[in-house]
Amino acid sequence: MLKITNLHANVGDKPILKGLTLSINAGEIHAIMGPNGAGKSTLGYVLSGRPGYEITEGEVTFNGQNLLDLEPHERAAAGLFLGFQYPVEIPGVSNVQFLREALNAQRKYRSDTPLSGAEFLKVAREQAGALSMDMDMLKRPVNVGFSGGEKKRNEMVQMGIIDPALAILDETDSGLDIDALRTVGDGINRIMRKPDKAVLLITHYQRLLDYVKPDFVHVLADGRITRSGGPELALELERDGYKELAV
Amino acid sequence: MSDEIDIKDKAAWDAADRVADYEHGWSSDIETDFAPKGLTEDTVRFISAKKNEPEWMLEWRLKAFASWKTMTPPDWAKLNVPPIDYQEAYYYAEPKAKPKLGSLDEVDPEILRIYEKLGIPIAEQEVLAGVEGARRVAVDAVFDSVSVATTFRAELERSGVIFRSISEAIKEYPELVKKWLGKIVPMHDNYFATLNCAVFSDGTFVYIPEGVRCPMELSTYFRINAENTGQFERTLIIADKGSYVSYLEGCTAPMRDENQLHAAVVELVALDDAEIKYSTVQNWYPGDAEGKGGIYNFVTKRSLCQGKNSKVSWTQVETGSAVTWKYPSCVLNGENSVGEFYSVAVTNNYQQADTGTKMIHNGKGSRSTIVSKGISAGHSNNTYRGLVRVAPNAEGVRNFTQCDSLLLGSLSGAHTVPYIEVRNPSAQIEHEATTSKISDDQMFYAQARGLNAEEAVTLIVNGFAKEVLQQLPMEFAVEAQKLLGISLEGSVG
Repeated sequence: MLKITNLHANVGDKPILKGLTLSINAGEIHAIMGPNGAGKSTLGYVLSGRPGYEITEGEVTFNGQNLLDLEPHERAAAGLFLGFQYPVEIPGVSNVQFLREALNAQRKYRSDTPLSGAEFLKVAREQAGALSMDMDMLKRPVNVGFSGGEKKRNEMVQMGIIDPALAILDETDSGLDIDALRTVGDGINRIMRKPDKAVLLITHYQRLLDYVKPDFVHVLADGRITRSGGPELALELERDGYKELAV
Repeated sequence: MSDEIDIKDKAAWDAADRVADYEHGWSSDIETDFAPKGLTEDTVRFISAKKNEPEWMLEWRLKAFASWKTMTPPDWAKLNVPPIDYQEAYYYAEPKAKPKLGSLDEVDPEILRIYEKLGIPIAEQEVLAGVEGARRVAVDAVFDSVSVATTFRAELERSGVIFRSISEAIKEYPELVKKWLGKIVPMHDNYFATLNCAVFSDGTFVYIPEGVRCPMELSTYFRINAENTGQFERTLIIADKGSYVSYLEGCTAPMRDENQLHAAVVELVALDDAEIKYSTVQNWYPGDAEGKGGIYNFVTKRSLCQGKNSKVSWTQVETGSAVTWKYPSCVLNGENSVGEFYSVAVTNNYQQADTGTKMIHNGKGSRSTIVSKGISAGHSNNTYRGLVRVAPNAEGVRNFTQCDSLLLGSLSGAHTVPYIEVRNPSAQIEHEATTSKISDDQMFYAQARGLNAEEAVTLIVNGFAKEVLQQLPMEFAVEAQKLLGISLEGSVG
């Protein structure tokens, strides 16, 4: 589904990704762990097309398509979802309006018929309910006045509504208490653990992986994957720290 | 919420959908009857004669014209306007196939076709066909200088509401017109208002009798069609004691290279316990991306909250015109009277807007609210200019002002010029102002969810302007939301 080959990327003049190679197949959940500053968030931004990141070398294909040629909204329409580490506030725009417009923009791009207000609300209610989010919150402006945990849960509701093929979740576990962590973990499994979908979890800690069992764990250090393994690698990292293993 | 809007008012959505690019940029080839080019006393006489006006009206016009010749245009606004040659314009244009008023069947089909293209629900059946919940709108359509059709007149008359072109009202209700015309905006108020007094061609007159709640929204669409035609409408709305009316004004003009002058005067008066809600969506041609062409919009709008507990609420969405000079104001004479001003002004490319309001508190316990949202993109300049004045005898006055500016790009300007003059120590005046830019984070977040850059800007801008947009009647709110996006096209990317 996603094939990253020898990816190099700069922010300004500074190289952040330095030859990253990674393949993700449908049905798989991958976790990327690594120390601060290793390039984890950069990877998420580069894959979703954030301006300001310069690709200097390498290629990325998504279902056979050259991902790097696409605009951010085209990548979204192609089925790529980025769960933000710091979800952004949009004053005056309700979650419902935001998501309906976003979803219908994606559908329009794929030449699907747009969802009516009633159809959309049905989907939104189901997804909010599954993540124990009150519908009133969906009517409030996007992330405005939400706690850290509510913002992360809102990202999962958005993921459920948009129903992407590949989700890149950037530190979705940060700022969550134990109960919220379980809710979010359950959400990821319910929405994304399917034979035709895949997940790339970017995280510092092993604890999310108690709820979302990865098929593969990778260590990202200094802009490269330095080690790959199964779920046991995460436990090893938790025990020994990155310093022992990374380089 | 959006899902309610599209269920309840499909007609409005459809109309809004037709507003794409600047699709109003065509001019129709209806034969037009012009006054001779230029502005002299004869022009004034020509207009008055064309309209079969009574002698007193002609005299009033001539008096205004004589004054105007001695006046100079105001120069205090933050606007850069090249000198206007008033002798190069036509002051009166009338569609030749002048239809009789009363029935839509008699209206020139070409005019109806144009209105249809504009998405105006002029045909009664179109409005009535609106899905349940769609409110009916009575339209007094001004095509260039003449009011061509007035719908719903019969039903309005049953409730005693007078809804006429101002030309008709001058003939049919001279006493009412004489009593208020020029009383809210005096003849010598300012250069453009005085010019309007001399050459106004048509406009709307509304009288709501005592205790009557107007049974439908009243609406006027203005459209400047003929080349080099100034448009000078005159609107007078009188809300008698305890009455209520909501009035919508929409404006579009086709694409023209020459700058066209528009100098309207709107006068509103609300007596005891009366309320007037006046909403404007203005998308006149703003000129092209290089700043060539576009409408010059010099408008004087003022309301008199004369009676106790009277209320006037102005809501405006200004996206068009090359130059906007406009300050819809409230003179709050009545005890406990209320004035409101909600404004969204968008400027892009080389547009210039200097707009705001005046709240003149003369009455005890009078209150006012000002919410202004300015959005500047391209090379444009957008100024909020507002005055809050409290008279010495006005005890217990309150005002709240909120001025927010949103900048797109790094070449546009946002300016806020509030004047506060308080002569009574019991007044409570609050002023809040913010200036912000659309953040890269917001843009990328919306794009990562599937919106392209233009859609993302439209969404964020609509959120910014929401407090004002939600003051609009639903039919207008949808159109206004679309217009904000359309007018900011090309401002990102």
